[in-house]
This record gives sequence, structure tokens and C-alpha cells, in this order.
Amino acid sequence: MNQSTAKRSAGDVMLEARGMSKRFGEHTVLQDINLSIQRSEVVCLIGPSGSGKSTLLRSLAFLENYDDGEVFVEGELLGYDRARDGRRVRSRPSRLSDVRRNMGMVFQQFNLWPHLSVVENVMEALLRVRGMKSADARRLALTTLEKVGLAEKADAWPNRLSGGQQQRVAIARSLAMSPAIMLFDEPTSALDPELVGEVLQVMRQLAEEGMTMVVVTHEMGFAAKVADRVLFLDQGHIVEQGPPTRLFRHPQSPRLAQFLGNYLERNTLFEAAPAPNHVDD
Amino acid sequence: MDLTVLTEHASEIGSGFLVTLWTWGGGVLAGAIVGLIIAVIQLSAGPWVRGVLRCYIEVIRATPFLVQLFLLYYGGPSLGLSLSPMAAGLIGLGIYGSVYFAEIFRTGFTSIPRGQQEAAAMLGMTPWQIIWRVQIPQMLVLILPALVNFTTILGKETPVLSIITVPELTFVLTGIGAETFAYVETLLALCVGYFLLAELCSRLGQWLERRASRYLTQGVRQRGALKPRESAA
Ligand SMILES: Nc1ncnc2c1ncn2[C@@H]1O[C@H](COP(=O)(O)OP(=O)(O)OP(=O)(O)O)[C@@H](O)[C@H]1O
Ligand SMILES: [Mg+2]
Repeated sequence: MNQSTAKRSAGDVMLEARGMSKRFGEHTVLQDINLSIQRSEVVCLIGPSGSGKSTLLRSLAFLENYDDGEVFVEGELLGYDRARDGRRVRSRPSRLSDVRRNMGMVFQQFNLWPHLSVVENVMEALLRVRGMKSADARRLALTTLEKVGLAEKADAWPNRLSGGQQQRVAIARSLAMSPAIMLFDEPTSALDPELVGEVLQVMRQLAEEGMTMVVVTHEMGFAAKVADRVLFLDQGHIVEQGPPTRLFRHPQSPRLAQFLGNYLERNTLFEAAPAPNHVDD
Repeated sequence: MDLTVLTEHASEIGSGFLVTLWTWGGGVLAGAIVGLIIAVIQLSAGPWVRGVLRCYIEVIRATPFLVQLFLLYYGGPSLGLSLSPMAAGLIGLGIYGSVYFAEIFRTGFTSIPRGQQEAAAMLGMTPWQIIWRVQIPQMLVLILPALVNFTTILGKETPVLSIITVPELTFVLTGIGAETFAYVETLLALCVGYFLLAELCSRLGQWLERRASRYLTQGVRQRGALKPRESAA
């Protein structure tokens, strides 16, 4: 399905977790996570609500500081430095930024900056982080916005856009920094159903261009079509993983079978229902 | 009622008015700067430093400004800190104001959704850049009413400086009153003076708020390109 898989060469590990755990107080949210993501691989994370998907994704970006184990971004330890005495200490912000310089993230709530226009949102990091000249940053921002189909909205304010458009701006903002790995945390969950498609379309295009992607999603259709590998997370454990066809058709664990069953049931219920008439407008 | 007392001392009163303006402005500026620094440190510091700042804020808030000023002015020399009345007054107002400003700024910082900082951090922006480019521009708009309100309140604390002989409006006018026995006239003049100052402040505040809210809802009035959406979201 995904042509980009061909481009992948063995041993080209972009993102790796080794024995990673995360606790919130007494509550262990992630337990002994081992995960290795290759260049151009698209990995979808699925699982019930509260299973730790967001926490896992955020730990891979060190937006949550994991407690045990290690996370490596292109071979570099993320979030911690080794002190002289062998213990580890949290990295300084500049070091942290440096390790995740090739990593982009897209959030469920878009997190655009409302006081900046669309193009300014995309330009901001180009100016402040890359140190680009204003004209160059603007040009690159516009090119990137064009890629997500929003060049004509460049001078709009984010809160005047639809959710789908805002999310595409957020993707462009991240993309403009030319990341090698992109993390998505339920990028379409805050959207009205009719706006989901346009965002998934952009993500699919990225996948086809060979972007390494980790996507937390409830869009099973997207996972089935675009993912190289699907991880099923339950109660902080990776319970099962594999290519989407195998996982969705032949789930091994009862938990996954049940989880998928819920989805299927909901979809059939939905399809069985008569098409609603639009009487309300 | 004999208002000639006031015209006879017009230049003294004028200079008192200016001193009040100056101590007020200086106190607000010092308080706001220190307050902002405190708020920023509170955002990022460890529990120890935060605890110390918390203590500072609680102590200053729980004690009267007059007592703080006395301590600074009369107690200072025994700690090797001899200040002129004016310096003590400005520093005192700055310290007193700083804790209230710090609280206002802290609320401002916490009112900006965390996700916006995370997005900025993931793009490689430094903590400073996030504060200056993402948080402060947005929160200033939100906290402006509180800032204006406290600025007015701080202005009404400036008469306390008269007690350590800072030659501000209250000091000058009560002095004239005691000299000439024209108590009513001078006190009335005081009222008018502070009313004018408060009015000035509130006008300035309203003007700023109008500008700020225009800035906040700038999406409504477009710079061209965008058509307004048909329906409100
Ligand atoms: N900041 C936090 N403090 C304490 N507990 C947290 C925090 N964030 C998440 N948790 C807990 O960790 C567990 C995993 O949460 P997480 O958000 O990772 O789940 P999720 O799989 O993303 O769920 P959803 O599908 O609802 O987004 C939950 O039990 C949640 O209550
Ligand atoms: Mg989540």
C-alpha cells in the first residue's frame, strides 16, 4: 500500500523507546514500552480511552518526562543527559530542542497562536528558531501553506478558519521546519465529521512522500490504508502490533478483538440507520 | 471658603502634583517589572525558589503599606541602608506593588492554554521566546483591566509617602492647611487632585482596553484577504 516502505533501509531507526515507563504519582500509565520506528515508517497507535496513547506519544517528544528507560531520537538520548556519576539529569531546554530538532508535532487542539495570522503562525519558528529573513520565511511559509491547500488563507486569523483548516495550518507550521519525524495526537478528534477527510488527506500525502509518522488515531480506516504498522495499546502496555491487515482481520488478543468489535458494531449500527433528512436547515 | 489660599500656593501645589505623578508612575513601573520577573520565575523555578517567592508575596500582602514603608525608611539605616525619603518611597511602592502585579501576571500566564507553549517548544522556540512571543502578547490583553485597576489602587497609596516627608501632593497641601488653617480648602483640593489622577488613569486604561480588544478580535475586521464566514462558529 505504502510505496515509501521501499525507501526504508534496514537499521535506519528514527525513534526508539527502550523499557520506557511513565507514572503519574502512584499510577503507572506506561509500562516497559519497547518500540522502534524506522525511517519513512507510518505507525498508528490505537487503543481504548485512557490506555496511555497520548502519554506515550508525548513521552516520545519529551512533553512528558518519562521515568524509566530511554527514548532515542535518531540515536540521541531524549530529555536526559548522563551526569559524571552515571546518573541522569534532565537536559537543558536548548539541548532538548536540539535533540528534537527534526521532530514535529500536531495536536488534537491545533494549538495555533491566535494573536498571529495564519502565515505568521507558520513564519514564527522560521524567524526565531531558524533565523531566516522575513521575506524568505514568508516565501517558505506560503509554499508550505500551499501544500496543505491553504495559501489563500495566509492573512486570515486562525479563529476565523474551520477546524479542518486550522489543523492543516498546524500541520503546515510544523512542516515548514522540515521535520524528519512527525507525531500526531488524534489530529482529527476535535473536528466535525465532514472536516476529517481534508486533514487525513494531507497526512496521507505526507506518508506517501516518505515522512516518518507516529499517529494516535481513532480513524481505523486511515490506519488500515496508510499505516505500515499498528500498535494496540491497553492499560499502558503494547498488547499487540503488526501490519494493519493482520491486526484488524486476525486480532490475537481478546482485548484487541473486543476493541475492534466495538468499532465494528458502532459502524454497522450507523450504516443500518436510515439516512437522516436535512430538515434542520 | 477662601480659595485664594490655593492660588497663592499654586506653584508648591503644582510641584506636589508632579511629585505624586512621578512616585506613582515610578512605583507602578518598578512594581510591574519586579512583579513580571517574579511571575516568570514562578513559572520555571523549582519548588524551593517558588516557596521563597510565595513567602515574600504572602508577607507583603499581609502587612500594611505604611508599616513596610516605616520599616524601610526608619529600619533601613540599622541594616546599613540609608535612603532618602523619595528613594524609600519609590522602593516601598515598588515592593508593595510587585506582589500584586506578580499575582496578576501569574493569572495571565496560566490563562494561556498550555498547548500553545508545547507547540512552540516542539518548534524549537526557547522558554524566553515562548514567554515574549506567545504568552505575553496574548495575556496582556486579558489582564489589562486588572492592571489598570491595581494601578489606580497604587496611586491611592501614594499619600502614605507624606508621612516620611516625600513632598508629594498630600504632604504639600496638608502643610499649607496647617500653616494657614485653611483645612477645608486644602482637603478639597486634595480630593480634586486625586480625582483628576484617578480619572486620568481610568481614561488611559479605557483607551488601552479599546485598542487591546480590537487587537484581540482582529479576526473580525480583516486586512482584506478573508471573507467573513457566513455563520458564527
Ligand atoms: N497529567 C496527568 N496527570 C495525571 N494523570 C494523567 C495525566 N495525563 C494522563 N493521565 C492518566 O494517564 C492515563 C493515560 O492517559 P492518556 O491521556 O495517555 O490516555 P489516551 O490513551 O490518550 O486516552 P484518550 O483516547 O482518551 O485520549 C489515564 O488514566 C489518565 O487519567
Ligand atoms: Mg489521548
